[in-house]
Amino acid sequence: MFLRHETIEKNVILMMVLTLITVSIGGIVQIIPLFTIESTVERVDGVRPYTPLEVLGRNIYIREGCYVCHSQQIRPFKDEVERYGHYSLAAESMYDKPFQWGSKRTGPDLARVGGRYSNDWHVGHLVSPRDVVPESIMPAYPFLAQRRLQTADVAQHLKALRLGGTPYSDDMIKNAEADLLAQATPDADTDALLKRYPRAVIGKAMSQTQAITEMDALVAYLQMLGTLVRFGDLPPERLRQ
Amino acid sequence: MSSQAAALPKPRYVEDVIRAAIVLCIFWGVAAFTVGVVIAAQLVWPQLSFDSEHLTFGRLRPLHTSAAIFAFGGTALIGTAFHVVQRTCRARLFGGAPLGWFVLLGYQFFIVIAATGYLLGITQSKEYAEPEWYADLWLTIVWVAYLVAYLGTVLKREEPHIYVANWFYLAFIITIAMLHIVNNLAIPVSITGSKSYSAWAGVQDAMIQWWYGHNAVGFFLTAAFLGMMYYYIPKAANRPIYSYRLSIVHFWSLVFLYIWAGPHHLHYTSLPDWAQTLGMVFSVMLWMPSWGGMINGLMTLSGAWEKLRTDPGLRFSVTAVGFYGMATFEGPVMSIKAVNSLSHYTDWTIGHVHSGALGWVAFIVFGTLYYLVPRMWNRPAMWSTRLIGWHYWIATIGIVLYITAMWVSGIMQGLMWRAYDELGFLQYSFVETVAAMKPFYMIRLLGGVFFLSGALIMVYNVWRTVRGQSEAAATLRPAIAA
Repeated sequence: MFLRHETIEKNVILMMVLTLITVSIGGIVQIIPLFTIESTVERVDGVRPYTPLEVLGRNIYIREGCYVCHSQQIRPFKDEVERYGHYSLAAESMYDKPFQWGSKRTGPDLARVGGRYSNDWHVGHLVSPRDVVPESIMPAYPFLAQRRLQTADVAQHLKALRLGGTPYSDDMIKNAEADLLAQATPDADTDALLKRYPRAVIGKAMSQTQAITEMDALVAYLQMLGTLVRFGDLPPERLRQ
Repeated sequence: MSSQAAALPKPRYVEDVIRAAIVLCIFWGVAAFTVGVVIAAQLVWPQLSFDSEHLTFGRLRPLHTSAAIFAFGGTALIGTAFHVVQRTCRARLFGGAPLGWFVLLGYQFFIVIAATGYLLGITQSKEYAEPEWYADLWLTIVWVAYLVAYLGTVLKREEPHIYVANWFYLAFIITIAMLHIVNNLAIPVSITGSKSYSAWAGVQDAMIQWWYGHNAVGFFLTAAFLGMMYYYIPKAANRPIYSYRLSIVHFWSLVFLYIWAGPHHLHYTSLPDWAQTLGMVFSVMLWMPSWGGMINGLMTLSGAWEKLRTDPGLRFSVTAVGFYGMATFEGPVMSIKAVNSLSHYTDWTIGHVHSGALGWVAFIVFGTLYYLVPRMWNRPAMWSTRLIGWHYWIATIGIVLYITAMWVSGIMQGLMWRAYDELGFLQYSFVETVAAMKPFYMIRLLGGVFFLSGALIMVYNVWRTVRGQSEAAATLRPAIAA
């Protein structure tokens, strides 16, 4: 050998440099191509950045650690596709910062829970899970229904996301608070919102309260999960990575 | 070496920091095991979150994992790293006590701000990297100080060779720095708020997270604790390392291969197939260096096996290496895509993690503590050897209960999810599979209670040792003997 191991053992700087090189290789090979190979994220229509209300709802999902027990990643197996729906695409989480694929299913996968249950079901289930599903071991989240959603800085959230690469337009940022109100207010004028965020699910989960609650935001997020891509009109070759 | 070394004057080692690290490590260990028991109970009786926002499983689980890995494990690593590096280099810690205290207490401050954040719902939601941006920045500063103290000590060493344990500690410190910085890059919403958004998104974020996540296992929970093995097992057994050549092969192959294993957490997901396959292949290859290391640790005992009968502290360390071998065999098996299709998302993974975390990490720490405590407090031995034996057996039974319950429930869960009835319909609804877990969750809880009880026995034993006098002296001889 050109280099006796003894040389490394007697020079800590050399050892450190060689170690750093050795541990860098795997990451470089596995991570960098994911940014450079274009087909890594499938080119499908329909995926858009989250609406302001969905962003805040998603933050509650993260805050409560829902990902600890619920995955958002359907694998391409017969049983999973039958149980949860079409297998997940990379494109569907391309605006997820951070991703919420999860690693454990103490509860069921939520990648396509949007539209599966009514708003009332979600509110009832989150407030008192065992009243809805007796065998459930999910914690109860009654406090979400009692707490007003903090909306004042929502434009700031969109700006931070844009800084990290999410394509929010100036228009979206300027109207962030208005869009949030429009999505969660019954009978509001939602034309502008829907133009900016196609297929946004309009409505307020808790019709009994006037104020927008954390529950409203969380349910708005849950109700849109997995609904953006229309698989019916998608040619299979578009799914290839 | 020893005869020569004996003639040289002993440097004035920094030891107060190590004593404090031992006490803190034990405290965090008990805290981590206690929270583990609480959340295990919540899976049996979900009412135990008491409708409180601060006590839900979703907030307590990161508290448990961080307390176990970073508080208990990390504090043990800082304390032992400072002990090992000073002894093997025959040099006082670089930066002396002030830098040592800064690293230890700075790290404790990180733990406290991270943990209180979890209870308040402040989290990045990246597993094992939950602390938000401000805690991450603070940890980066502490970590640089840790590297400076460690590297500085090695640089001013009086031994020509850098002992193998130091290679592993050093690889741990620099690799964790690399992983921590890349995975935690984020943009805060405001400088006065806790919330940030990751710089990465979706599939790339997933890859970076598990590149980080699996190497938190590979470098935090493995490489660093192998450093512990390479120092304390030869010391306790009073034998040299079995094979010097094997330790070279072990070191370089382990640090090269481990970093590739991350994608096995993402089998059959939206991560492109080529990356999954790379992750699987390297995970299987990783079996070899892992077992090379295990053999090197175990065979160090050759000629000293009888010590296992008389020294239950060493028994902890050696059993740890056994669990290491078992977990590093199970890991490659689970990384094979066909096996992973069954095991992923189930409790099998949780069982696997705990055979590593309890069997390997915690046991090697216990073995090391039983070696270090009498030496750091200048006592002839631990207060009670008998209680070490009790701790050993209670903890071992706890682990066996835990992992067998999770194996059975995990495989059962995986099979139930994919079961079809004779008409071609899915046989079980999801909630039926949840209900089927209950007895196994109870057994797991019992295992956790055992493990925690063992740790409490250790607390008592350590406390009596520090206070002075051995159990035998206290019961058999009059007080004047001391």
